[in-house]
Amino acid sequence: MPEPIRTILEKHSREPDELIPILQDVQKEYGYISAESVKGISKYLRISENTIYGVSSFYAQFRFTEPGRHSVKVCLGTACHVRGGATLLEMLERGLGVHCGETTEDKRFGLERVACLGCCALSPVVQIDKEIFSRMTVNRLTEQLKEYE
Amino acid sequence: MNKLKKKINLAKKKWEEFVDNREPIIYVGAASCGRAAGALDLLSDINRFIEESKVKAKVVEVGCIGPCYLEPLIDVKMPGEPRVSYNNVTAKTLQNILKAHFQEGIPFARAAIGHFGSDSYHGIPRFYDLPMLKPQVRIVLRNCGLINPEDIDQYLAVDGYQGLMKALQMSPDDVIGVVRQAGLRGRGGAGFPTFKKWTVCRNAPGEQKYLICNADEGDPGAFMNRSLIESDPHAVLEGMLIAAYAIGASKGIIYIRAEYPLAIERLKTAIAQMREYGLLGTKILGSNFSFDIKIKEGAGAFVCGEETALIGSIEGKRGMPKSRPPFPAISGLHGCPTIINNVESLGTLPNILRNGAEWYTKYGKEGNRGTKTFSLVGKIRRPGLIEVQLGTPLREIIFDIGGGVQKTFKAIQTGGPSGGCLSEEFLDLPVDYESLASVGSIMGSGGLIVMDEDTCIVDVAKYFLDFTQKESCGKCVPCRVGTRHMVELLDKITHGEGTPDDLLSLRTLGDTIKKGALCGLGQTAPNPVLTTLRYFRNEYLEHIKDQRCRATVCKDLIEYRVIKEKCTGCQSCVRVCPTGAITGPRSEPHNLDVTKCIKCRSCYEICRFDAIAGDAIVIRTAEKKS
Repeated sequence: MPEPIRTILEKHSREPDELIPILQDVQKEYGYISAESVKGISKYLRISENTIYGVSSFYAQFRFTEPGRHSVKVCLGTACHVRGGATLLEMLERGLGVHCGETTEDKRFGLERVACLGCCALSPVVQIDKEIFSRMTVNRLTEQLKEYE
Repeated sequence: MNKLKKKINLAKKKWEEFVDNREPIIYVGAASCGRAAGALDLLSDINRFIEESKVKAKVVEVGCIGPCYLEPLIDVKMPGEPRVSYNNVTAKTLQNILKAHFQEGIPFARAAIGHFGSDSYHGIPRFYDLPMLKPQVRIVLRNCGLINPEDIDQYLAVDGYQGLMKALQMSPDDVIGVVRQAGLRGRGGAGFPTFKKWTVCRNAPGEQKYLICNADEGDPGAFMNRSLIESDPHAVLEGMLIAAYAIGASKGIIYIRAEYPLAIERLKTAIAQMREYGLLGTKILGSNFSFDIKIKEGAGAFVCGEETALIGSIEGKRGMPKSRPPFPAISGLHGCPTIINNVESLGTLPNILRNGAEWYTKYGKEGNRGTKTFSLVGKIRRPGLIEVQLGTPLREIIFDIGGGVQKTFKAIQTGGPSGGCLSEEFLDLPVDYESLASVGSIMGSGGLIVMDEDTCIVDVAKYFLDFTQKESCGKCVPCRVGTRHMVELLDKITHGEGTPDDLLSLRTLGDTIKKGALCGLGQTAPNPVLTTLRYFRNEYLEHIKDQRCRATVCKDLIEYRVIKEKCTGCQSCVRVCPTGAITGPRSEPHNLDVTKCIKCRSCYEICRFDAIAGDAIVIRTAEKKS
């Protein structure tokens, strides 16, 4: 088992309840769930790799490919939808040349959609890394993206 | 308990010193929404100002007071003066505000929205007299935006944990009795009487019982729970203690969305403070009641708001609902009796216990007692978090509190993606569990989304159904296959390829899914389509028969055009067009190549605001397909 995974695992007990918290910690550390990580978790919790893939693929949070340097999340909650969130996403897909859930070839941006960021009164919102940008327009978003390398 | 009383006295003294401020206090509304509006930048500006001008002042981060459209909000309280609130503060106005208060000794009245004093003050209105605030009754939200959510002493000073102390002096059965008398119903959406659920769990056999706080606020367009936890976490935690004592649970879990990092942070801080004050652990406040709380982060699955799916998720499984019975109150987490209460239900409990059931029944109406929080969003003038008595008419919420819509009101969606879309004729409908159900909608967790003439009803119905379809766990056939088929039909209609028969199919499918689905997600998923079919049938027919989308939203049915006579050739649109569809030299009318246009609205927006002529770009119904 690779060393860093072990330090994550050892913070948790071996109860099956801990599976999701472990997956969350692994993703926080590495940005995604690698096949190796799944092997390590499987041994530690004594549950099959299949079960782990079954559980992890059920939840939208987990990803299995390496993320980009910056994550761009377009909110498609109701309020954002009504105020044009889908157009922002479409423009990003076109501009970055990737589909939602993918990473650009140069690994600069990973594009995702989220169901709701809970800032509905400031819609439409886009989250770039940890910062939330409110009342976004296509034009402002294009400008904003230039600030990320 | 004596120990806590001492702490409370200390806290009250601290609070009095705090409120009786010798030093000026600057409050920064720094919940997620305030932060998204730029509150943290202002915070560092304030700190810089204090440092540079060498004035003394306390800076406090508070939660959300509700009117999100006013964000970022900064309040200044000078010694002996009322607290003054400033809205939509920019870096520039901030300097003026600080200078006015600290150098001239008067408020910057021009930029102020309201004050918290009792008398008139420099011509500024009282904050609670503002049209958005006045009709509200704030019980759950009473502390939001007013106290520091990261300081337990401030919560104690405003009678925090008094409800718990009262509860611990009663028997658990008496606590359940109070909640029964108060008539509290589950605020998560279903409206099941809280005391009934509790009684079943209390009487269920089993040594170990669990209390789960459901903070998996999944409805897009709803943020009541996030705001409450970020602004007043101890209210929810005190409610958990009261509920756990009543049902006999010794372990508590808060299941919260991972998308709410600030709320999780504030809960962790609050829980640590509770431990320090003897409010968690064994023999709480010297009673025989022992309880501890753990936080579990959700992993992004809407269906996990459903009780049995939520339990599955906590157990480390796929979050799929189970058929009931057995109900979780008898056999829930790890097979033990489990109560799952919503954040808002729990946040209400301290108030009921502290002030008594009779006090609570003064609000609301028979069968629908108390208040409910709503997130009022969409095409409305004053969006935000509000709390009103149950039974308040929709009209009052939309027009008095929300200030109405900018254009023409078209519809309001209650209950999030599982609710219904109501037309103008229902504006006088009182908002209570039964009235909403009678017109095919639901109360839900409290999302209210207002739509105007620019919103396409078919597109919205498709949006909601697309959401529930994607979130369907896939366990039962009606939901898995049925919702998918409905989305396909709606998709056809928005592309202008629908037939009148499709409407009948939608209706039949919807009715079948409602009856046949296993859990609440499936049973309510068709609501948006069924209600819009009922109240906005004409708009569906326009899409089908005339291939016309009157809101100019459905992209296949519209096209963009440059009006040559109006275009001044300013090139603004050429610059913003992401696909190079608009071309033309400066000072000459531009050309728009419809085959390249992706209908992103960029040119339309920039033409309206920047171009000299304005409105030279129009959206109109596309030529009918042959």
